[in-house]
Amino acid sequence: MIVVLVETDAQGATVVSREALTFARDLAGSSGAAVHAVAIGPLPEPARTGLLAHLADQGVQLVHIPQDDRLAAYAAAAWSTAVIDVVKSTSAGALIASGTPRGNEVLAHVATRLDVAMAANVVQIATVEPLAVTRQVVGGAALEEMRLDDGVAVFSVAGHACEPRPAAEAAVTEVLEYAPTISDRDLVARVARVEAIATDDTGALTNARVVVGAGRGAGGADRFAGLLELTELLGGALGVSRVVTSLGWRPHSEQVGQTGSRIAPDLYVPCGISGAIQHWAGCQSAKTILAINTDAEAPMVTRAHYAVIGDLHEIVPAINAELRARLGR
Amino acid sequence: MTNVLVCIKRVPDVAGEVLLSEDGQSVDARHVGFTVSPHEECAVELATRVTSASGGTATVLSVGPADSAEQLRNAMAVGCSDAVLVEADTVQFGPADIAEAIADVVRTRAAAGTSYDLVLLGNDAADTGDFQVPVRLAYALDRPVLTGISTVELAGDRVVARGDGPDGTEIFELPLPAVIAVMEGGVSPRYPSIPGRMKAKRAPLETVTPDFEPKGSGRVRLTAPTPRVSTVEILGSGPSAAPAVVDLLLELGVVSK
Ligand SMILES: Cc1cc2nc3c(=O)[nH]c(=O)nc-3n(C[C@H](O)[C@H](O)[C@H](O)COP(=O)(O)OP(=O)(O)OC[C@H]3O[C@@H](n4cnc5c(N)ncnc54)[C@H](O)[C@@H]3O)c2cc1C
Ligand SMILES: Nc1ncnc2c1ncn2[C@@H]1O[C@H](COP(=O)(O)O)[C@@H](O)[C@H]1O
Repeated sequence: MIVVLVETDAQGATVVSREALTFARDLAGSSGAAVHAVAIGPLPEPARTGLLAHLADQGVQLVHIPQDDRLAAYAAAAWSTAVIDVVKSTSAGALIASGTPRGNEVLAHVATRLDVAMAANVVQIATVEPLAVTRQVVGGAALEEMRLDDGVAVFSVAGHACEPRPAAEAAVTEVLEYAPTISDRDLVARVARVEAIATDDTGALTNARVVVGAGRGAGGADRFAGLLELTELLGGALGVSRVVTSLGWRPHSEQVGQTGSRIAPDLYVPCGISGAIQHWAGCQSAKTILAINTDAEAPMVTRAHYAVIGDLHEIVPAINAELRARLGR
Repeated sequence: MTNVLVCIKRVPDVAGEVLLSEDGQSVDARHVGFTVSPHEECAVELATRVTSASGGTATVLSVGPADSAEQLRNAMAVGCSDAVLVEADTVQFGPADIAEAIADVVRTRAAAGTSYDLVLLGNDAADTGDFQVPVRLAYALDRPVLTGISTVELAGDRVVARGDGPDGTEIFELPLPAVIAVMEGGVSPRYPSIPGRMKAKRAPLETVTPDFEPKGSGRVRLTAPTPRVSTVEILGSGPSAAPAVVDLLLELGVVSK
């Protein structure tokens, strides 16, 4: 049995959770195991219906949904208790989540409490018998093959390590509600309240179809007008390098990379960004990369699909003018 | 008075291609410098702020080779008052072993009269990225734990922590003692001043050795990802490339007429 911790949003299962389900199904295919899901937290409609449709599509036979009001506010320890209950009741041999902050946090609690190893950001199964996984280290610039042969194999799947593919045969997903064995201790580190953020909209960056990137080449906090105009003309979001946030030119919520956001847009346009491995860690899932840089040898240029060589302060305004002329805006 | 222990890891400072050692067990760092994760720099900054507000001490700790003293001194140059080096060849240490080594120091110091009310760590190490040491440490010490935290502030015997969640900023209030893993973004780490550097040279650094058998990390080997052959198509140079760029944008369907 393989259990997958599925995170949800307003539409159902998140994209990265569906990726984890596909990953689990591939592992199950090679080991003959069944895949169950566990989904925690409030599930108002239409999220619940969406979740069940996503799970059916992924061929999941059964979803375990804990019923407990104390799970309304997030607490990693309480979530991990709810997950351990499922691991035990199904005698699972593997527990998988997506490599999100919550996915990794809950798995770390579960692995510690079960006294087993955990592998973060797995991209591939290396060997099935005995189980070994390949995972991203150094922000994805190197890979580690790691044994995971404890009683329960606990690991998270790196975002965009695989595409969410529907199962050959859709399932009719059954729902099993259960009462988790949460204790008061599990609730000590629990979200007390949430403040909605108006200006600092990180979701806009991670979900954008187009991201315009800006690095040290932008040259100063007051030199973003052209880049912001391009971002707006493309209906996208601005993403920046760590140099830009460290110098205080733009807020950290816009940072792309190992210690910032991971993006997977259809198009990424990094302007004046050299392409250090830690930045690449956050943008390598972009479908198409169009780099603008004075240096034709910059790693970002050689790794891009397309590039324009030159000063971004000349090129970006020219693109903006051309876009306005051609699109009549 | 609140005493804080902040944990940092010496890691190779690579920006370009990562070279691996011949045995595939570690990064070949012969030609690069060393650093710590930006998350840990922010944890050090928060440790300094919390203790200067409460009048306690900020101790910085690292588990690793003797050369980790460099990173410990850097942290003392920006406000930590003393350091502990748990000297070990950590190549085969797993996150449970690191947590055990840190927990041992916390317990030994508590027995000697210094208790750490707050242990701050980075959210994930820059090299191994295990996302576990803080949680494993918290269970070893039987304390509550938070990860992904941007700012911490003391409020009496409680700590108020904030971090980004899926629906906005999440606010937590924990009783002390607690363990908190910090993520870059809430504070800007300060630069060391010259007097800070001078003071750090003379600041106390205690070296201890772990006295347990490590469980190991499960590492079989490191490999380099298959190098990408450059397939870049240069659309042109300078502003005259703009029409070609717009052609591409239309072709990709990211803008429409
Ligand atoms: C553990 C760790 C984590 C990190 N995490 C991140 C992270 O999350 N995100 C991140 O981005 N970095 C991260 N970094 C930092 C990273 O290593 C690089 O230092 C950083 O990405 C470089 O930013 P940059 O490309 O803007 O600057 P630079 O490397 O200085 O590059 C500037 C580029 O701009 C070009 N340029 C200059 N002027 C112009 C112009 N007028 N027009 C066009 N091009 C121009 C130059 O040719 C050059 O390629 C991390 C580092 C470490 C050690
Ligand atoms: N060898 C080490 N010495 C001190 N602290 C460490 C060490 N390894 C990890 N840590 C701390 O634990 C955090 C998370 O690391 P990890 O779980 O390995 O991703 C790091 O950011 C550090 O703060």
